Amino acid sequence: MTTSPQQQSPLLDASGVAKNYGAVAALRNASLSVLPGEVHALMGANGAGKSTLVKILTGAISANAGRILIRGEARDIRSPAAARRAGLLPVYQEPSLIPDLDVLSNLRLTGTPVEPFRAWVRELGISDLDLRDTARDIPLAILRVLDLARALAVEPDVLLLDEMTAALPANLAEKVLEVVRRQGDAGRAVIFISHRFVEISALCDRATVLRDGATVGVVDIVPGVEEKIVELMLGTRIEKTKVAARAGQGAASAPALPRIAVRNLRVGTKLNDVSFDLRDGEVAGVVALEGQGQDELFAALAGSIRPSGGAIEVDGKPAKFAHPIDAIRAGIAYVPGDRSEALAMQRSVRENIALPFSAALRNWGPIAMGRERATVASAIQRLQIDTRAQGEVQRLSGGNQQKVTIARWIAADARTILCFDPTRGIDVGTKQEIYKLLRELAGNGKSVLFYTSELEEVQRVCDRVIVIFGGRLVDIFSVEEADEPALMRAAYGLPRGAKADVGILADPSANPSDAPAPEARP
Amino acid sequence: MSHFLRRQGWVTGLFALLIVLFIVTKLIQPGYGSGDFGSLARAVLPYAFAVAAQTVVVIAGGIDLSVAAMMALTSVTAASMMAGASEEYALFVVPFVLAMGFALGALNGLLIVVTRVPDIVVTLAMLFVLQGAALLVLGAPGGGAAEWLKAMISGTVPIPGLPDAVDAWAPKALLVLIVCLCVIWIPLRRSRLGLSIYAIGSSELAAFRSGVPVKRTRILAYALSGLFAAFGGLALTMSTGIGAPIPGPYLLASVAAVVLGGVALGGGKGGLLGPIVAVFVLRLVRTDLTLLAIDPNVTAIIEGLIMVAVVMFGAFITMRGRQ
Repeated sequence: MTTSPQQQSPLLDASGVAKNYGAVAALRNASLSVLPGEVHALMGANGAGKSTLVKILTGAISANAGRILIRGEARDIRSPAAARRAGLLPVYQEPSLIPDLDVLSNLRLTGTPVEPFRAWVRELGISDLDLRDTARDIPLAILRVLDLARALAVEPDVLLLDEMTAALPANLAEKVLEVVRRQGDAGRAVIFISHRFVEISALCDRATVLRDGATVGVVDIVPGVEEKIVELMLGTRIEKTKVAARAGQGAASAPALPRIAVRNLRVGTKLNDVSFDLRDGEVAGVVALEGQGQDELFAALAGSIRPSGGAIEVDGKPAKFAHPIDAIRAGIAYVPGDRSEALAMQRSVRENIALPFSAALRNWGPIAMGRERATVASAIQRLQIDTRAQGEVQRLSGGNQQKVTIARWIAADARTILCFDPTRGIDVGTKQEIYKLLRELAGNGKSVLFYTSELEEVQRVCDRVIVIFGGRLVDIFSVEEADEPALMRAAYGLPRGAKADVGILADPSANPSDAPAPEARP
Repeated sequence: MSHFLRRQGWVTGLFALLIVLFIVTKLIQPGYGSGDFGSLARAVLPYAFAVAAQTVVVIAGGIDLSVAAMMALTSVTAASMMAGASEEYALFVVPFVLAMGFALGALNGLLIVVTRVPDIVVTLAMLFVLQGAALLVLGAPGGGAAEWLKAMISGTVPIPGLPDAVDAWAPKALLVLIVCLCVIWIPLRRSRLGLSIYAIGSSELAAFRSGVPVKRTRILAYALSGLFAAFGGLALTMSTGIGAPIPGPYLLASVAAVVLGGVALGGGKGGLLGPIVAVFVLRLVRTDLTLLAIDPNVTAIIEGLIMVAVVMFGAFITMRGRQ
């Protein structure tokens, strides 16, 4: 680690950057200043605006306001090509080599010199690369390293790495971190986005923290700074919220068998050895940063992907879901975060709600309209869905659409509902209604698994919280313990309670995130 | 070598299929000779250009339904301009018509990029527009063509130092096809534009992130398609000596040959050689079935079955290769 060179003029200086999508402000006032020779971490909770800022800096989208100076010169970065010319090169989370072209053609496409590329590839620990291989045939982990080598080969002033080590096996990750560190030594700069504090404290000189679309702090990385960063990411919300007394409900009926028991569940390399119970009458929260394996967990429980190991037990009996219909028959319903995944947007509210119970193919013959109408009407009333625009679901507001996706499972009388971030992008009032509804469901003896990207929701809704990091279940909190700082720390893979031991002094092997995925991808 | 086989395996297979078909033809009709090959080459010429036009946009991840209509319009334009005009005037007509094709193709691309209406809708609309325009230019088949143009694709190429028997197997039409395609395609494949066309077809997002000007590349791909279609239109006028405002079955034939030629309809994969060989295969199958005096309606069914069978076989081989 080098000392931060305060006096130098920054290589990249972005200030007042704002970006609106319609009425939604993704970025309000973000700034980022990167000095020559430093590795700079960009941090923020989900939805803080990191990825929007990255897209703006790399020319993928344009900002509504703000100023970007590169080496003191104002630059208008309108396209990835322009960002490249300005000396700003990103390596995205998903590889950006053209899948159907061979590596050599990919290099030609971006005008990357071949020899430096080869040298970097060797440096990064890949000895047997054939430049004639088509990108599609190369494993994901190697592709990410090639992406990095391609960026390094043109010696960019500012290299932007988004979750660079996420899909890498340990040996490659180590080489990558080593190379990144040396970039700083060479007087160039690196913007490093990572969810892993261990990497950040070992690698970075400073960190910029975003919250709600604005930069809330720039800190030097020193031992023990993690607390400060977590605090910045959470902002004023750090004071403890009062937990509603729910203990009575949960303890009153402790059934012998859990409704769903997940045992050592494994999905590819994304989810590893996850075990927990979901009981009748409870709302269990799931908290995780983006892409930690929660998508796979929900998909496996909903029957849309098959786990590669472990077991799911429903009411004590092992269950194998080959198709979502199997899960639905077992009374498990999935409410996806993206409502367009769940709804037939051009169809009416009634049809959408009735779909799971009326449209089953074995129900040959005419639909019992009277019964259907009654069931749907009671569900609509229970959820207070605004049905003024009920002819086409796509004309409803986001909140009402989400209610429709939940209503159909209430109408279908599902015993377990898997809610994946159901309150994303909907208004506060509807959020409250959804919280209330989930509590009601639990009160009626149903079970709910509730993933949320908004930590404050946890204490409003859940009885227990499961925290997943790097594909592993790292902690289970009872609702009383699950305040935002505790959850945030856990979500970043920091051990509970331990404050001084985290950081560069920490033993990396103690951190579950460093346990590498065995293979990148077949 | 293994790289070559992996990449060109499909084309190699098609060539083998073509050779088998020639042998079959020779068995059915022992008299099949160089003259028949010459007329095959002449018949293939407009199809081959239509296929080239389709191939470029399909590789770029699109589709062009206006190929045949574009050929009709360029054909009647050329024929009506050359009708009664001097031989030298044709020297102006040819580049004019080619430029027209290029411009109309670019218009296709521009509309797709600017309006964001799906390519299939834009080019379908363009199909109707161009068809109407062709009928406005020439209400009925007519017009004329310069003699030197017609002569360009009839007869054979005298290759010095080779006996006439060998020359007879080198029809001028084939040579024109090869020259026109090579002059455009080979430099294109080696240029950044060519790479970009493959890139946007393979993954638009990755291409954008690699700094490819996606919109400009898409417009140029359609423009090149228009250029090839104009070549096709000229080929029609050259082979018939007139222009016909109602397009032949070139659109569906072009899509069929693209698929048979190993170009992925999703874009990004394949080359020009495969579809061109596929055109020969499809035409030769038709010849054989005609020689066997099979009902033309049954012929169409058999052609369809061959296409499905070949593509399924190819997918099967690819899957086996992966395991």
